[in-house]
Amino acid sequence: MTTPLLTAQGLDLRFGSIAALSDVAIDITAGEVVAIVGESGSGKTTLLRVLSGLMAPDSGTVRWLGEDVHAMGEAARRRLMRTDWGFVHQNPRDGLRLAVSAGGNVGERLMAVGARHYGNIRSEALSWLAKVEIDANRIDDLPRTFSGGMQQRLQIARTLVTRPKLVFMDEPTGGLDVSVQARLLDLIRSLSRELGLAVLIVTHDIAAARLLADRILVMRRGAVVEQGLTDRVLDDPQHPYTQLLVSSVLAA
Amino acid sequence: MYVAVKGGEKAISAAHAWLEETRRGDAAIPELTVAQIEQQMGLAVDRVMAEGSCHDRFLAALAIKQAKGDLIEAAFLLRAYRTTLPRFGASDPLDTAAMRLRRRISATYKDLPGGQVLGPTFDYTHRLLDFALAAEGEDRASAPEAITPVAAAPRVTELLAREGLMQREAADDAEPGDLTRQPLTFPAERPVRLQNLARGDEGFLLALGYSTQRGYGNAHPFVGEIRVGHIAVEFTPPELGFPIALGEIAITECQMVNQFKGSRSEPPQFTRGYGLVFGHGERRAMAMSLVDRGLRAAELGEDVTAPAQDAEFVLYHSDNIEATGFVEHLKLPHYVDFQSELENLRTIRQSAAAAAE
Amino acid sequence: MDGYNFAYLDEATKRMIRRAILKAVAIPGHQIPFGGREMPLPYGWGTGGIQVTASILGPDDTLKVIDQGSDDTTNAISIRRFFTRVAGVATTEHTAEASIIQTRHRIPERLLREDQIMVYQVPQPEPLFKLEPRRTETKRLHALADYGLMHVRLYEDIARLGHIAKAYDYPVMVNGRYLMSPSPIPAFDNPKMHRMPALQLFGAGREKRIYAIPPYTEVRSLDFEDHPFRPIRAPHSCALCGSGDTYLDEVITDDRGGRLFVCSDTDHCAERQADAAKEAAE
Repeated sequence: MTTPLLTAQGLDLRFGSIAALSDVAIDITAGEVVAIVGESGSGKTTLLRVLSGLMAPDSGTVRWLGEDVHAMGEAARRRLMRTDWGFVHQNPRDGLRLAVSAGGNVGERLMAVGARHYGNIRSEALSWLAKVEIDANRIDDLPRTFSGGMQQRLQIARTLVTRPKLVFMDEPTGGLDVSVQARLLDLIRSLSRELGLAVLIVTHDIAAARLLADRILVMRRGAVVEQGLTDRVLDDPQHPYTQLLVSSVLAA
Repeated sequence: MYVAVKGGEKAISAAHAWLEETRRGDAAIPELTVAQIEQQMGLAVDRVMAEGSCHDRFLAALAIKQAKGDLIEAAFLLRAYRTTLPRFGASDPLDTAAMRLRRRISATYKDLPGGQVLGPTFDYTHRLLDFALAAEGEDRASAPEAITPVAAAPRVTELLAREGLMQREAADDAEPGDLTRQPLTFPAERPVRLQNLARGDEGFLLALGYSTQRGYGNAHPFVGEIRVGHIAVEFTPPELGFPIALGEIAITECQMVNQFKGSRSEPPQFTRGYGLVFGHGERRAMAMSLVDRGLRAAELGEDVTAPAQDAEFVLYHSDNIEATGFVEHLKLPHYVDFQSELENLRTIRQSAAAAAE
Repeated sequence: MDGYNFAYLDEATKRMIRRAILKAVAIPGHQIPFGGREMPLPYGWGTGGIQVTASILGPDDTLKVIDQGSDDTTNAISIRRFFTRVAGVATTEHTAEASIIQTRHRIPERLLREDQIMVYQVPQPEPLFKLEPRRTETKRLHALADYGLMHVRLYEDIARLGHIAKAYDYPVMVNGRYLMSPSPIPAFDNPKMHRMPALQLFGAGREKRIYAIPPYTEVRSLDFEDHPFRPIRAPHSCALCGSGDTYLDEVITDDRGGRLFVCSDTDHCAERQADAAKEAAE
């Protein structure tokens, strides 16, 4: 059993009288895709934000390669987010610089970690645009001229360019047409396989989870009600809430 | 043969001499006295004192005379003078409840202890130009005098606070920041924000206050109370250990009562916007209280969406001395930088033309 | 001048400013906030430079003040007159004779010495301000040495125009750590800042920031390996002294496109002309 990259235990977080997170534990190993599913209000997005250091829990710890994420300081967390980590936002406009060209968006992380050769930065950007199936001649276009699906693919390229070990994804297919969603999920699946990425993906879409994830955590009202290998959980749900979730998908 | 133009020093001296001539204007017309400005253009003097951050009616009037009526230029003169004054301490906080009131109104109650006292106000005048004013030496009828003095007037916000309906301000003995000595830093605490607004440009404050009423950060304000009058300034010298009165100044105070804030754990209360200015400056005090409330958005858990709620935007652009300096500095020669732009542009265009061939 | 302290500012204020200067020198390129005072000249017209000069000026100093490279431009005259009135110090138009040089928008062509101090007038001390106007955010970026925004901007220029578009106030990296605005000097002058023997002080009065480059400090203009920084100047010679490597002003001589170019640094040009006249006489 390989050592997990990211581990968390005993995570608690309250907003006033509401338990946003209740004794949550999770871990993820290299190359693994883990989905966190649940309805809105289940705490899944809060969990993602706590795991990626954007929000601090009331109690419990999150460790990256053994180091406490919330104790390491903002400078260290920002460095992590530019190198070993990536974050794909639900709304691509939150994860892109809209006034900067596609090439600039992809090249930024390279420049932030010291790349100083314009030609090399540009060819690296071109190869990534190809990987996310964006036409090379769009490299100098602004993201506001892209469709929603293309913006999301650009966000993914921007995130992956420094070859992070772990990528957090918050409802990456939210707000996109069904056919566009399918293409994006395929892309995420093949890239994560090809690059050996660990992915922590939050989604309310069970079908997306089944397509992408090795393991799945089901959340309800801040607590993890069930977890395990994706096929096992979805084919043979134990918890009544999971059963309800799964059956509602089948019905639809 | 090109010879570089010299003689800038002579040109400046001549320009200033001409300025002095135009400042005086037609010598056949009597010269304005500082006393006339101080008495008959009192609201201009009040504005210059407020934006000059210095309460001295004579100096403000003198500055207005020197500045040919440009009030921002006058405030600039006053500020520059203020820099040279030695500071020997700070007064005790003003107790506005003890003001000698001239005017006191409230929009939140029809009647209240102390009553609605209109005082000398432009309110309800009909804005018809009075050509009789063009003649001088006219005997103007004096205003009738009231027989009973103004009764005790407790603060409206105090009435609300006693019922628990209005937040009280937390008493705080900490030394407030001083914008005339330290640079503005963020996050800016409320005392520093209020200081900044108290000396900010009246037009800017007015526009921002207006914007909050039109939906750019809505706080549903009511004028809880406007007080205009005189107040004693007291100072406690360390050698004496007790306060002595230095004199009286005129001030205007405005307290706005805004929509209530609360949650399931805290019962809702009205929230406050506050304005305080030297002299008689209702427009400024009211605008200041609207913007003060706007800037409290973050601490009151409201979304910051409007310009009047954006602390950096408001506080960095409120000072009209800074603003006019920087805007007008564009008149200074910039031809060295412009030359670089020209050469850069020429080079880029040449490269583009060469590439096209 | 009656009633005013030497160089206008009171000694407590000068002390406060000198403390800020010391902090600035200790952290090359880093902006130090200071309690700037209201001066008798308007914000944007050199109050920061004036406060720095006033704080370091002594009765034995010799002051030179230039604007656009010339001693005779109106604002340079105004500032020089101010210091004559409030400090009575010796003033000069010769760079070689000055102990303190206050400047707007140019560095003198003549190499400066260890016993000289350059004081730059700065309108906008924050090099990132066009990309991020919020000071709370730029403060964080400087603290984390997170300058990706600026490199992206340069990348965008090359992608769009084939060249970096910045012609003046060209951003520099100081001592390998802080991104700094050199003030709106033309990019042509940037190389002079690198390992300059003189102390360089920068004063922004309206924005209330002081920063510094100690003598012999590394100052590098941002660029890419395959698009190196190039200083820009008009590709002509000075019509007065014949110089082909100084920064030139373009002068329009008639309304039919007639123009000629003359040295922006009037003292340097005059010196060259005097030297040429001497040589001709010999």
